[in-house]
Amino acid sequence: MEFFQRFAIPHPSPAIYASMVAIVLTMIAIVVGVTYFKKWGYLWREWLTTVDHKRIGIMYLISALLMLFRGGADAIMMRAQLAAPENTLLDAQHYNEIFTTHGVVMIIFMAMPFIMALMNFVVPLQIGARDVAFPRLNALSFWLFFMGAMLFNISFVVGGSPDAGWTSYFPLAGNEFSTSVGTNYYMIAIQIAGIGTLITGINFLVTILKMRAPGMTLMRMPMFTWSALITNLIIVFAFPVLTIALLMGTMDRLFGTHFFTLDNGGMDMLWANLFWIWGHPEVYILILPAFGVYSEVISTFSRRNLYGYTSMVASMVVISLLSFTVWVHHFFTMGQGALTNSIFSITTMAIAVPTGVKIFNWLLTMWRGKIVVTTPMLYSLLFIPLFTIGGVTGVMLGMSAADYQYHNTMFLVAHFHMVIIPGVVFAMLAGLTYWWPKMFGFMLNEKLGKAAAWVIAAGTLLAFMPMFFTGLDGQARRMYTYSETAGYTTGNMISFVGAAILAIGFVIIVYNIYYSFRYAPRNIGSDPWDARSLEWATHSPVPDYNFAVTPQVESREAFWDAKKKGHVLFKEELKKIHMPNSSGVPFIMSALFFVFGFGFIFSIWPLVIISGIGIFACMAHRSFEKDDGFYIPVEEVKETEEKLGGAK
Amino acid sequence: MKVDQSLPLEYGTEQNQMNILGFWIFLGAEIMLFATLFASYFTLEHRIGSGPSGAEIFEITPVLIETFLLLTSSFTIGLAIHAMRLGRQKAMMGFLAVTLLLGLAFLGVEIYEFIHYYHVGATLQTSAFTAILLTTLGTHGAHVTLGLFWGLFILIQIKKRGLTPATANKSFIFSLYWHFLDVVWIFIFSFIYLKGMM
Amino acid sequence: MKLKWVLLSVMITISAVLTGCEPLMVLDPKGPQAARQASDIMMSIGIMSFIVIVVFSLLAFMLIKYRASKQSEDYEPPYIEGNIWVEAICVGIPILIVAFLSVVSVRSNYIVEATPEGYEHKEPLVIYASSSNWKWHFSYPEQGIETVNYLYIPTDRALEFKLYSHGPITSFWIPQLGGQKYAMADMVTTLHLAADEAGEYMGRNANFSGKGFAENIFEVTAMPEQEFEDWVEEVKDTASPITEAKFNELLEPGHLGRMTFTGTHLEFSPAPEHNHGAGNSSQDNEHHDEEEHSDHSGH
Repeated sequence: MEFFQRFAIPHPSPAIYASMVAIVLTMIAIVVGVTYFKKWGYLWREWLTTVDHKRIGIMYLISALLMLFRGGADAIMMRAQLAAPENTLLDAQHYNEIFTTHGVVMIIFMAMPFIMALMNFVVPLQIGARDVAFPRLNALSFWLFFMGAMLFNISFVVGGSPDAGWTSYFPLAGNEFSTSVGTNYYMIAIQIAGIGTLITGINFLVTILKMRAPGMTLMRMPMFTWSALITNLIIVFAFPVLTIALLMGTMDRLFGTHFFTLDNGGMDMLWANLFWIWGHPEVYILILPAFGVYSEVISTFSRRNLYGYTSMVASMVVISLLSFTVWVHHFFTMGQGALTNSIFSITTMAIAVPTGVKIFNWLLTMWRGKIVVTTPMLYSLLFIPLFTIGGVTGVMLGMSAADYQYHNTMFLVAHFHMVIIPGVVFAMLAGLTYWWPKMFGFMLNEKLGKAAAWVIAAGTLLAFMPMFFTGLDGQARRMYTYSETAGYTTGNMISFVGAAILAIGFVIIVYNIYYSFRYAPRNIGSDPWDARSLEWATHSPVPDYNFAVTPQVESREAFWDAKKKGHVLFKEELKKIHMPNSSGVPFIMSALFFVFGFGFIFSIWPLVIISGIGIFACMAHRSFEKDDGFYIPVEEVKETEEKLGGAK
Repeated sequence: MKVDQSLPLEYGTEQNQMNILGFWIFLGAEIMLFATLFASYFTLEHRIGSGPSGAEIFEITPVLIETFLLLTSSFTIGLAIHAMRLGRQKAMMGFLAVTLLLGLAFLGVEIYEFIHYYHVGATLQTSAFTAILLTTLGTHGAHVTLGLFWGLFILIQIKKRGLTPATANKSFIFSLYWHFLDVVWIFIFSFIYLKGMM
Repeated sequence: MKLKWVLLSVMITISAVLTGCEPLMVLDPKGPQAARQASDIMMSIGIMSFIVIVVFSLLAFMLIKYRASKQSEDYEPPYIEGNIWVEAICVGIPILIVAFLSVVSVRSNYIVEATPEGYEHKEPLVIYASSSNWKWHFSYPEQGIETVNYLYIPTDRALEFKLYSHGPITSFWIPQLGGQKYAMADMVTTLHLAADEAGEYMGRNANFSGKGFAENIFEVTAMPEQEFEDWVEEVKDTASPITEAKFNELLEPGHLGRMTFTGTHLEFSPAPEHNHGAGNSSQDNEHHDEEEHSDHSGH
């Protein structure tokens, strides 16, 4: 009995018990459903063992949407708690757990997989490749991320959620002040997901550097691919820092080391430094692919080439370099002195320059264009003003002396939500709508899509603009309640209304997916948006092998020039196509990682050892395995091509 | 699988070239990993709490033996790759085996060193300094351990399958890994041991 | 119609917030440091509004002029590579703005990190403010008294707060007197403030520190120097001395009301001023004094 005690929730509430029941019922329903429809084989063959970048992309997408609703539910609860002074909807402990999981889920388990989803699906198609460089590793990346996410989410019902904030500052997150296993979940789950992300970084760098279609030089790559290249470069250099920081945090919590403790030489500021050396580049890992999406969308729907291609690339390179030189601005108030603050204040504000260049280039892309306002374009058009508000407040925060007044307040919260929501979330929704027909072969309803975009934009403004004011009025972030005399009531009530409107916006999106799945026409051809890059040169939905014949590129906008100037993309004869084999090992290995992590979190060492041996066995298996892939014969390719709408 | 005969065996196929590039990028990530450990080490070096300092616990002899073993193994893995390029499978396997034995000996001395630290009261829990010292050395040691298994697997594969583009590619990548561990050790030797003893 | 919707909601937001509140605390400074910060904030809001207006108007212009519905069916947008001069302007103007803000920022940094301007003539009053879960302890070594959760300060004298923590990282913040600074367990940070006017101000811990964080606040009362002296005398006459046992009791996690003591806890539990890496016990101090006092500016 004592053994099971550790899995109990330290601060139970009826809501948590209700969730437990709901989770168990959902799992039973899934198992019964899959068994009833005899889909276990299908699930295993087509999804769990797949190494196809398109399917992996779609699995990332589904996970991201699920996590969006988990994180969104957290957000609604937080805003509801703060909507009225001295509200008792949540107590301090639950509020702390909820804002912690909201932050972690939204950044690591929602935004990251969302960009991974688009990168996975789009990048190989944009460069005319058949898959990524290491398809098997790609599957491993996804499953590691997925198992990390699941591990983090069960903390809600097994053992207790982390409650030290998504930044998890020590010594608050140490054993002394966080006694439940919550922060162990944080350390281990993010570690597992982080390894997956690092592998993706390596995989996509090699893919983009080595697998571009003939003729596609670096400076002819579509802008989204460029953004993916830079993003993955940042991933490769930033994530190892997180790996070490989490390792040290884990050791402090599980093995009694003194890295960040109060005594024996421990140094709490070291965690903050390491966390943000990863954390600030992480922000650009999220925003650069978003910029890539906007570049594609704005250029497509202005019916013009992207203005200032070279400076767009240069600005991303500059942003990626600067992103590693600004981390101190997350704690200007740590007492480093005026000189250090001045240096980091200048580097921080300097990032506004390349970002500004991008904004102006997008505006100039519309110049003399022929702007068609579709749903993806609408998101992009809403992005520019909202993101500008978020961006300029970022410059204000960068002024370190003034930051002493903004730091730790709702002003900061308003700033980063005004950057991340219009910047990343709008971009992901734009990208989702834009590439949806390529993924699934039908389009999302435009009317519903635009309605959702407007509602989400209005919700964002309403939810976050008041926070600039309450922040300047002295409302610190992460307070679970405030007194009536504090004067924050109106602002917080408006924020709550805004959050509710945002939620309605996302419900409209879900309804749109359902509605379009039921009623949208399927005969939309391969290029419904009249777009410009290579992914639109193949069928929708895309066949397994992407392109029957490898395209040959002669210009920056290969597909557009093929349409308008008569460049010939597909010159060669059909040949047999080499494809990678599916494999269940990535899934099994990641599942073992889940067990391994679970064992660590609860210090169940036999479990750790057994699953550790299992993981090692998977690696050994991979070393000895002979895997040369297989060939799709020409006849089969021909047949597929004809079925999908005639050979090219 | 197309094999390009004009290139060395390990670069022979497109997949092989991608593997090698991918591994170089992985080494870039590894550099960041160890750089973070070193940065943390320099930050915590003097924060010894109530425990011993580096000068009090470091011993020159085992460190010199470790350095000698690892540097030599880096040389022998170089010879192994040279033999591989000449197509001499036996010599290649011999040098690879020597490399692994040297690595094993290194690991043995390192374990002895850790036991010594334990006896003089410098454990993982003693202070921030001992924790970062043992974590940095331990991370390197774990890399060596993993390398030993990996090298052994490659040795078995070469024995069973001969020098094919696949096994040559794995051996070459393994040699990159092994040289990298050697470079990390040189940094550990200079900036942890020598600096600590001075 | 939908655009109206958004505009309307923006207007409601702004008007509701602006009419419903007193002047915002940070923008209603009562001390020289806060005044400097408030003027920086207002100045940057001004410049940023200009940028926002430029971007908004460019966007509106593009949207109105180049909508597909405004153009003929067979209009084919041209291929435009980019223009070096246009790009130069897009880079140059932001660089000028950032350079200007940088100069202001650097100057302000040195101002807020020094004794407040106009208060240099007198020795600053040193107050040790240390946090424990979830309280603030204020020690006045010069006066030899200590308070919990409330702070009395004289108006015409510079204040030098020495901040540290007995637990998690906290942040000492009195918005109307100046910005915040962290209090941490193994170093002492210094915050320079001064109060121009007598009055009551809100002070709080701004950095999340666990369950009792929301109520981790303290009251600040600024008063003329004579009144402050009287209060010190009164405390010395009426309050009981702080003992080590009593202080350890105070450190237990929880919330306390106002408390007043004579003597300070610094006498038996000194602040971690030159104590990097030392162990728990204060006797260790001499032992490691020769150690490098790594300043954290390098990180």
